[in-house]
Amino acid sequence: MSLFLVSFASAQERFLTKKGMISFFSETPIENIEAQNNQVLSIVDATSGKMAISILMKSFMFEKALMQEHFNENYVDSDKYPKATFKGAIIDFDTITTSERSLAIIGNLTIHGETKEITINALTKKTGEVIEMAGDFFINLADFNVKIPSIVKNNISEKIKVSFRFQHKPYKK
Amino acid sequence: MKKVFLNTFLILASLQLCSQDLLDILEREAPEMENIVSATFKGTRIVNGHSIENRKNKELEFIISHRFGRVNTGFEELFGLDQANIRFALEYGLTDDLTVGLGRSSFEKTYDGYLKYSLLKQKTGVNAFPFAVSLFGSIAAKSQKAIPGEERTFAESLFYVGQVLIAKKVNSSLSVQLTPTYVHRNLVAIDADPHDIFALGFGTRVKVSKRVSLNAEYYQQFDKLESINARNSLAFGVDIESGGHVFQIILSNAITMVEKSFITETTGNFFGGDIHLGFNLSRTF
Repeated sequence: MSLFLVSFASAQERFLTKKGMISFFSETPIENIEAQNNQVLSIVDATSGKMAISILMKSFMFEKALMQEHFNENYVDSDKYPKATFKGAIIDFDTITTSERSLAIIGNLTIHGETKEITINALTKKTGEVIEMAGDFFINLADFNVKIPSIVKNNISEKIKVSFRFQHKPYKK
Repeated sequence: MKKVFLNTFLILASLQLCSQDLLDILEREAPEMENIVSATFKGTRIVNGHSIENRKNKELEFIISHRFGRVNTGFEELFGLDQANIRFALEYGLTDDLTVGLGRSSFEKTYDGYLKYSLLKQKTGVNAFPFAVSLFGSIAAKSQKAIPGEERTFAESLFYVGQVLIAKKVNSSLSVQLTPTYVHRNLVAIDADPHDIFALGFGTRVKVSKRVSLNAEYYQQFDKLESINARNSLAFGVDIESGGHVFQIILSNAITMVEKSFITETTGNFFGGDIHLGFNLSRTF
């Protein structure tokens, strides 16, 4: 079925959002750190079930401006690696319905210049002309070569919870 | 399960072909962003003098700065460590762009207050602008009791400083700053001393690692105090950042830390060994 879709898809039905939300949360007994980005670009190709996400690192907003500066300067090198990206495919995308159901997305996540294959579960539905996806997953900072200096080891969690919510709308060139 | 596996395999196999296109679309669709260049310097000081960096909105910083005596005083004075000028200061971000500071130095029991305002920001992308400009103004009041016969009024104890800070982050490791400076003193020691002194500051920082940078700063005066045989101030520093703190270790030919003083009242000859070891410690709340 998917071979058919991939190979013979000619009518490219694509859905896009430029206002996707991605937030991350680091929890330690000492402090919680949270940041949110409401300008995430995400696109879904409805004929193939493939998707791609592009995240501008400097658009993550923190509660404290100094934290934001340190995030960009010292942890993710935003000048050198301005974007995080994901490219992957939604498994069984053809089963999408108007009622929410969990679908797996497999693909490559690139942060800080390091790429790792991950599987993410997303609650997915299509209502009218909108493809909605939401969920959360954990990443290990070490997988993306983001180093935490020993002095703040107790303030920043090695495991970061990432949440996302996208409302893709029909994309016309 | 088998179907899922097969689907997964087929999709991943053709991933490179199609998803790359999708990322290209996102690249094209990405709105052009205004990107404000941040962290031109690590601290609010390059070495002794101010950098364009402000305290952020509602952040309170407590700073303790020390300058020891001259290194060339030798072993008896433990290379200057027996003597110290200390400045305590509280600095607060009224907004992200406006910082107010109050300090007190032990040298001549000087109180100082300043305002620093970020007027223009260096930007890339939309509305790109090549450098940043901040305005700085301070008043310092000497409160040390005058020696008999040289009594002065409060107004005569005041000093004013105005600076325009022009900085550019050339790349992620190199930043430079030009600092045109005007210093006015209400009272001068002798008639030959100018009330108004113009100076031009040169500052730079070079990052040697993510959290360590080397800084240098020089103030060229265009007029000098004759009564004390003043010299231009030269200073070098190392910034070490750890979490929310910046620790600065400093070598300077000035023992003071307020603008009116280190810019116009420095007498040490750096290359003659009149070097003061010092540090700035800050804690942000």
